[in-house]
Amino acid sequence: MASTTRQKAGWTTANIVVILLAIIPVLWIVSLSFKDPSSITDRSFWPKKWTWDNYSGIFKTSEFTRALINSIGIALISTFVAVVFASMAAYAVARLRFPGKRVLIGMSLLIAMFPAISLVTPLFNIERILGIFDTWIGLIIPYVTFGLPLAIYTLSAFFREIPWELEKAAKVDGATPFQAFTKVIAPLAAPGMFTTAILVFIFCWNDFLFAISLTSTTRARTVPAAIGFFTGSSSFESPIGSISAASVIITIPIIVFVLFFQRRIVAGLTSGAVKG
Amino acid sequence: MSADTQTITTEPAAPAKKKRPALSEGARAERRLGWMLCAPAVIIMIAVTAYPIGYSVYLSLQRYDLRFPDQAKFIGLDNYVSVLTSPYWWIAFWNTVIITVVSVAIELLLGMALAVVMHRTLFGRGVVRTSILVPYGIVTVVAAFSWQFAWTPSTGYLSALFNDAAPLTSKWQALAVIILAEVWKTTPFMALLLMAGLALVPEDLQTAAKVDGASAWQRFVNVTLPLMKPAILVALLFRTLDAFRIFDNIYILTAGGQDTGSVSILGYDNLFTALNLGIGSAISVLIFICVAIIGFLFIKGFGAAAPGTDLKD
Repeated sequence: MASTTRQKAGWTTANIVVILLAIIPVLWIVSLSFKDPSSITDRSFWPKKWTWDNYSGIFKTSEFTRALINSIGIALISTFVAVVFASMAAYAVARLRFPGKRVLIGMSLLIAMFPAISLVTPLFNIERILGIFDTWIGLIIPYVTFGLPLAIYTLSAFFREIPWELEKAAKVDGATPFQAFTKVIAPLAAPGMFTTAILVFIFCWNDFLFAISLTSTTRARTVPAAIGFFTGSSSFESPIGSISAASVIITIPIIVFVLFFQRRIVAGLTSGAVKG
Repeated sequence: MSADTQTITTEPAAPAKKKRPALSEGARAERRLGWMLCAPAVIIMIAVTAYPIGYSVYLSLQRYDLRFPDQAKFIGLDNYVSVLTSPYWWIAFWNTVIITVVSVAIELLLGMALAVVMHRTLFGRGVVRTSILVPYGIVTVVAAFSWQFAWTPSTGYLSALFNDAAPLTSKWQALAVIILAEVWKTTPFMALLLMAGLALVPEDLQTAAKVDGASAWQRFVNVTLPLMKPAILVALLFRTLDAFRIFDNIYILTAGGQDTGSVSILGYDNLFTALNLGIGSAISVLIFICVAIIGFLFIKGFGAAAPGTDLKD
């Protein structure tokens, strides 16, 4: 393909342009988060005076720390529940013969494409009536609901590729059904489930609309919603530094996932779609 | 996603039973197990979407102002009439349509270019893929803040770069920034879907066309594109429906100021600023109908295969 030197140089340039475009907005927010309050309006891309103050500032108030705990807890629980239920459904889709499979996948797709705002109004009222408005469970419920279709879709694609005959082979070789499952099937299914979990986690971590609509205090408000409401009211300074520092903190898990599991995430995102 | 996975998928796990009517005990047990395993997921999904949508339809037929809950009463389609005759709905609707069409069109072109770059590059592939996953994974609100600060005259490097531009203060420029933010965030997803489609185009077809004297461009248009049609349609379907519900970027960038709100922003404002559940619900239902129409058009009109249709019962 890229055989001649000129072609090689061309592709390399294209790559560098792509990488720069992808990371410059992220570097900009990192740079803002290290800017000293006096220089935050200097408009230069790099900070002239570096400081950790913005970081120590946000960790001093419970507004951010509490939101961080909410974000982590709600995203982890939602991801766990969604992946467990989705694995059961995806296993059935991949391995069992029963009518209604197509309906299940069709319904998942429908829900994945569902306009979240259409649910916000009724959920807001239902949750107020049930008394789960502004609680963890009040956010976990919609996250699981929207995480499920994504997880079912991705997992069915992964599970369809598992060589399930191996299970039979293991049993022929004298393994108990339990051993066949733990030694053969689970290791084959685990990567797909892990990838799915990352995708669902990113979805929950990212959500803003439900987080601002179904919470009203720091009790369940997640970080995206909290930084949406950062006003810097506690001081007379502009909240730009705190918003940037909080933004960088919640971007770290994403960067870690992307750095370590790039291959898996790409496989997970594309697995379901190309079969269609 | 290579050719050999096809053979696995087309091969049923259990030995195929030809006789449909008389189900054996085992087959019936398998059915039951299948339904039982799907039940929790199905129940949650229906309980949290179908029921609220029904409730939304019910609320949309009521006069229901949260400030005056006692005055709630059935008023038929009045809320819909109010919404559909209001200029705010139509401004928000056309904004949403413009943002959706323009950003998806740009994403398709850029995504295709990016997919080709990723597909063709031999070295540095991992680095490129890792870096384009950053926009995909980053919290939309964070990215929106980054763009907002960059374009604000008092803080931003981009504003400084473009002669102190203040694009967020005028409607069309603000829409352009919203589209930029949307394109930056979601082009990687489009590119990855297209790249997966590109990987399915057999290399020997390319070689054959090359031997026949087709130029690189001719090969792309006449060989690659037709074979990628299903992947392109799926990517377009996903992204169009996703773009239509745009909320986060606008909320942070302009909060709907300068008439830049989308239908989702309008629905949110009616619920949380005007505290009008009736009108808010009517808007929710209308958005739902729009999304259903878009999905229907793609699947019936353009023949986008609804993913999952390759499954056998």
